[in-house]
Amino acid sequence: MAFFSESSQLATEFADAFAVMTLRAGFNTALVVIGTTCLGVAAGVIGTFSLLRKRALMADALAHSALPGLALAFILGSLLGIGGKQLWLLLAGAAISGVLGVLIVQGISRTTRIQEDCAIAAVLSVFFGAGVVLLSIIQGMGTGEEGGLHHFIYGQTAAMTRGDALLTLMAAVATIMVCTLTFKEFRLICFDRGFAAATGWPISTIDFAMMAMVILITVVGLQSVGILLIVALLVIPPAGARFWTNRVSTMIPLAGCIGGVSGYLGSVASALLPGIPVGAVIVLVAGGVFFFSMIASPTRGLLGSTARHLWMRIRIAEDHLLRGIYERSEQMASSAEPHPGVYLDSLALTRHWNWLGRLLFLSWCRARGWIEIRRDKMKPEEAPDREEAPFGTILLLTPRGWEQAGRRVRNHRLWEEYLTTFTDVALSHVDYSADLVEHSLSPTIIAQLEASLATRKGAAWLLRKHRSIHPLDGTPETRASQPENHPDNIPPPSR
Amino acid sequence: MKLFSRTTPVSSLAGRPEHSPTSPLSVHAMTVAYHQRPVIWDVEYEAPAQALIAIVGPNGAGKSTFMKACLGIIPRATGLVEFWGKRFEEQRHRVGYVPQRESVDWDFPVSAIDVVCMGRYGMIGWFRRVSREHRSRAMECLEMVGLSDFAHRQINQLSGGQQQRVFLARALAQEASLYFMDEPFAGVDAATERSIVEILKQLKADGKTVIVVHHDLSTVADYFDNVVLLNTRIIAHGPVSSTFTNDNLRRTYGGRLTILEEVGESMASQR
Repeated sequence: MAFFSESSQLATEFADAFAVMTLRAGFNTALVVIGTTCLGVAAGVIGTFSLLRKRALMADALAHSALPGLALAFILGSLLGIGGKQLWLLLAGAAISGVLGVLIVQGISRTTRIQEDCAIAAVLSVFFGAGVVLLSIIQGMGTGEEGGLHHFIYGQTAAMTRGDALLTLMAAVATIMVCTLTFKEFRLICFDRGFAAATGWPISTIDFAMMAMVILITVVGLQSVGILLIVALLVIPPAGARFWTNRVSTMIPLAGCIGGVSGYLGSVASALLPGIPVGAVIVLVAGGVFFFSMIASPTRGLLGSTARHLWMRIRIAEDHLLRGIYERSEQMASSAEPHPGVYLDSLALTRHWNWLGRLLFLSWCRARGWIEIRRDKMKPEEAPDREEAPFGTILLLTPRGWEQAGRRVRNHRLWEEYLTTFTDVALSHVDYSADLVEHSLSPTIIAQLEASLATRKGAAWLLRKHRSIHPLDGTPETRASQPENHPDNIPPPSR
Repeated sequence: MKLFSRTTPVSSLAGRPEHSPTSPLSVHAMTVAYHQRPVIWDVEYEAPAQALIAIVGPNGAGKSTFMKACLGIIPRATGLVEFWGKRFEEQRHRVGYVPQRESVDWDFPVSAIDVVCMGRYGMIGWFRRVSREHRSRAMECLEMVGLSDFAHRQINQLSGGQQQRVFLARALAQEASLYFMDEPFAGVDAATERSIVEILKQLKADGKTVIVVHHDLSTVADYFDNVVLLNTRIIAHGPVSSTFTNDNLRRTYGGRLTILEEVGESMASQR
């Protein structure tokens, strides 16, 4: 029985939540949800421009500076006898002192040698401090209405009336319309102010229009999101959206969506759980989307860039190892003896690997079927200073590895050949720059290299197996002096 | 009533000289100051039409400032700047501008073609979107600088030289008669430098005037036919052959140019 009542209670809660979420829990609740959602969308849209204009912190200064204005407007309203909680009066006060704060920040950073971030930090905390002092004075006035003022610090949609919600809605619609209309101008100002000014755009006016939209959204959002957290709604959705796109035109709707979803979930949570400030929920949702984007975005995210970085390192290590074995084998191919494989320690490139990296990487190459690893007693001449011949790790290329190494070595030498033929790079520098570039040679570039070298050297040149154009490590002689040491066709190693 | 005739040089603000309508840029008594310190002082200059003009001077001589002040990007303390004898506001559709590459954030989320389209904004006007004709014109400008394959790349995926050429294409899209270019050769590779020089020569052949802030003294004589030697004041200006002399360079760079003799020698040998 107890279980039944519990589950039915749960069911009613779900039904309530569903009703709020689908806007069927009364007209006022629906209006609040729609209003906050639109606020989120508008904040995401205008926030994109202020982020790109590098003014993200300015919105924070604006919001914090609004508090003393709110308090003064409340006092003024009470003294005039029209009541302290006239929304239009409060918001006008907030807007005026917010703008004043921003102007002071700009004045300080322009006329003195103090940097803007420092000026913002100083001004916003001083204004906020003044606001807190004024609020405690209001507490002492005993007007009986002062309770609601604290909602402006953390935000509370429950206190929203139908008129407030409509105001929010209208402000949001106005902002979105202005941003759509002046998209081109806003983007130009954000990207290149100097060019905009030189081509005759009134940059101060456009800047002011952009700032006015930020002020409008900030002031309107104070009531639902609160002074402390409104900046999050302006900054986090665009910052999250930036991870997914390289176009302002895509970033804006995306930031609008993230902001909208945050606002929607925030107001729904607030309607269901009256104790929790909406602003906090909105910021948590937006922050969640931001962190997800930061990690998961394929192009700019952490996972994507780490994976690309790791893959590049593996490819480079593969190239080096395969080429190292191949070139050692080439040097030994002149002797008539069967190919013995290459001692791991004789490859210069492996010396700076640590044992774990070496183990993992060699296993990786073996798993790909390129090499065989054998432990064998070293020949005395490989370790002349020891009495007892130690064991050494011997690497052998499998037929597949041989083919793979051949292809990569060929790419490397094509690139070297190209550098010396077309760009006058000194022979001693070729190996180094070829090393850097060859790992990112795509099949198209290889084809282009082949084409340009073929026109220069004749197609027959390409069909030959390419020798190294510079002396390999450990062989003092050059190709020019002793061509027979590097046969054009290396016999596959007999094992 | 004519207070001053063209023949008497006037460097006071009391008189307004009649600037010739054929000169693309006339600067009269221009002074620019940062924090009360004059960066450019009492500059008089009249640019010849259809010329490639280099502005040369040491670091901090006010070369960029001169350009920006002419274009009204930064305020002038005093002075009068006219374009073809008229105020900038009336002639700005005939003036193109290439800012320094470092002046913008290249991580900005736009594509190369979007940036070039910005050169057309002045013709498009308020609120209207970029039409197909303007876009295809911008595309042609990208093609002129050899970047049509990169039109839809985000601008931070371009190399420094390519970014510089995007800026150049944007200026070409302005279809101006007078171009200001702030260090278009800074940090570009040799191939880009050659292609930019080709475009400059083409612009001149089309009857346009290009004013370039230039750093590399050794190429001044190759690339330009006119030179302005600037160090807070204009030290000398005129055709490269008569103005770009050892003596004038020494006056411009003062003791700061140790390789002066060397450059002078190379200039002399090239002429």
